[in-house]
Amino acid sequence: MSENFRNVDPAWLRGMTSKRVSRRGLLKAAGVGAGTLSLASILAACGTPGQQAEAPQPGGVGTPGWWADQEAGDLINFTNWPAYLDIAKDADGNRIRPSLDLFTKDTGIEVEYRADINANEDFYAAIRPALEAGEPTGSDIIVITNGQELTEMIALGYLIELDPSLTPNFTANVGDAFKDPAFDPGNKYSMAWQSGMTGYAWNTKYVDGPITSMQDLMNDDWKGHVSLFGNNADAPNSAMIELGIDPETSTPEDWQKAADLLTSFNEWGGLRKWDDQGYLTALENGDLWACMAWSGDVINDSLYYPEFKTFEFGISDQGGIVWVDNMLIPINAENPKGAIMLMDHYYAPEVAALLTEWNAYVSPVPAGGEIVQADADAASGGTKAVLDTIANSPFVFPPPEVEAKLFNYRVLEGEEIEQWNDLFLPIFTT
Amino acid sequence: MILLFIVPMLAMVSVSLQTGDPIGGYTLTWRFANYSEVLSKNWTFVVRSLRNGVIVTAIALVLAYPVAYWIAFYGGRFKTVFLFILLLPFFISFVIRTVSWSFILSDQGIVFGPLKDIGLLPDDFRVIGTTVAVVAGITYNLLPFTILPLYVSLERIDRRLVEAAKDLYSSKTESFRKVVFPLSLPGVFAAMLLTSIPAVGDYVNADVLGGPGTAMIGNVIQAEFLNARDYPEAAALAFILMAILLVGAIFYARLLGTEEVTT
Repeated sequence: MSENFRNVDPAWLRGMTSKRVSRRGLLKAAGVGAGTLSLASILAACGTPGQQAEAPQPGGVGTPGWWADQEAGDLINFTNWPAYLDIAKDADGNRIRPSLDLFTKDTGIEVEYRADINANEDFYAAIRPALEAGEPTGSDIIVITNGQELTEMIALGYLIELDPSLTPNFTANVGDAFKDPAFDPGNKYSMAWQSGMTGYAWNTKYVDGPITSMQDLMNDDWKGHVSLFGNNADAPNSAMIELGIDPETSTPEDWQKAADLLTSFNEWGGLRKWDDQGYLTALENGDLWACMAWSGDVINDSLYYPEFKTFEFGISDQGGIVWVDNMLIPINAENPKGAIMLMDHYYAPEVAALLTEWNAYVSPVPAGGEIVQADADAASGGTKAVLDTIANSPFVFPPPEVEAKLFNYRVLEGEEIEQWNDLFLPIFTT
Repeated sequence: MILLFIVPMLAMVSVSLQTGDPIGGYTLTWRFANYSEVLSKNWTFVVRSLRNGVIVTAIALVLAYPVAYWIAFYGGRFKTVFLFILLLPFFISFVIRTVSWSFILSDQGIVFGPLKDIGLLPDDFRVIGTTVAVVAGITYNLLPFTILPLYVSLERIDRRLVEAAKDLYSSKTESFRKVVFPLSLPGVFAAMLLTSIPAVGDYVNADVLGGPGTAMIGNVIQAEFLNARDYPEAAALAFILMAILLVGAIFYARLLGTEEVTT
């Protein structure tokens, strides 16, 4: 250490200089821990567990017998995406969360709600070490979109199997489209939170709409104010739809064509960012004029915030993507019983309606939709206008002609995952 | 040392030589080709990161030296207060500070919005999403690491030497050039190391303030690790980055012949 650092607290300096040690290195070091550290034992300990984690879970976690032994704790940690939970003001002007407060009133269980998830990849990466080590993640319910991360969590045994006898509302009210999904046959591990579409948003303050294709975004007058999603699902699948390819039945040659289309955005030079949930903030503060977007985010902003009433949402003429965000209980959750009760709570039609009237996403509970329609008919004034818009929005209650243009994400298996990621991810990191 | 350095290092070597996929798991197969593959794939990012590191270090030094000098020589009894004020913003998390810059510098934000309204800047002017934003962000975030070593070495300079220079009829400029600056060189070298190494490896700034065409090697490692969950490639890349920095630092120390920097 240099003479010059004599006056400096060595501990402070260590902190400064050790910052760049890779996080994985540290985690692994913690895992290896003390003991005799022969080279071989260290190297052997460094394998990343994969399918071996799928062994039956100790104590029969997730079996009906195990569920019967569970008692609901008095706090549920619920981690979700932003712009998803209904908020309102009570008579005293305090911010309340009607649908959650209803649950607390009914059961006495408090809910710690955090809108922390900005991207499936990042969130999963953040909790994976805990899952791998068999520790609680700090969340009793998490919300993950159908896709690579969800598939991986199911395959690796990172989720608690649900007990249908504990979810009567779900059984009674779930819509057909959300029952027994391809990514989780029999809803063994997941219950849909909301579903939505990936399409395009534009701000009529800056640009004339509508945007009817991905290529529309490549407008030289909008250079620097346009973004696409940089996750491993939205942009690749949207690009295929744009090229007239159904993602679900696509082949690696189709992927290449989609990759070429996305690469052309890099070559164009006007793309501001390969974005994540942060796009909404950028759209709100005027940095983005037109971008790939998630339906409810944009519709909710335009309906409930006067300053954003110039926001519009639409899907390409070629079609859009419909995805499902799923409520899941991670393994070793501290309050699984409370979690499953809360999940089922959201399948009561009146609760589902509260959510839809706020977030303008597609509800997995059709009976809730009828309540929204009825509320719209019964309301008056400004509220009526808002509810009417939601009740009539093709992106909240898709009519058959929109339904026909909606596609699902490509489900990837085995070798395909790496092939897909090797093709698309480099496009997003340039 | 063994627990905090050697062990993680060996773990990383091991991971970097594995093959597999996220679901099936990764096993050690001693596949050295991982290294050559990631290097050839990501050469542009390595070069870009090194370039950014050089620019950041140069700008940080130019900005930090006067500040450190002023505090050391004219700070008087308030030196610690000034240092504290300087460090105050850095009590807030690195990421939060960077995100707040993305608000401050946004196209219609509090800085550029008014300037555009009165016509001082063209409407399509923007900083966010460009290399300028990334380099500025890194510089800002690392400035204390440049200032502090400089301050320490300047503060330690024996004032009698400066007085002696004056007694020998040297002008202020001359005494700075011939006495103060040479004596502060170890601080300059330390500051350069402490700034350039984290600068090259940074990924937060490029992620928050950058756009397409500004990603650094840290972002690639992050993407491999988080998005593709290709741990071997990420580890190999991290190792290459570390090797480059280590070789650079050793070469730098040798070249400049300052034993002090490395010992």
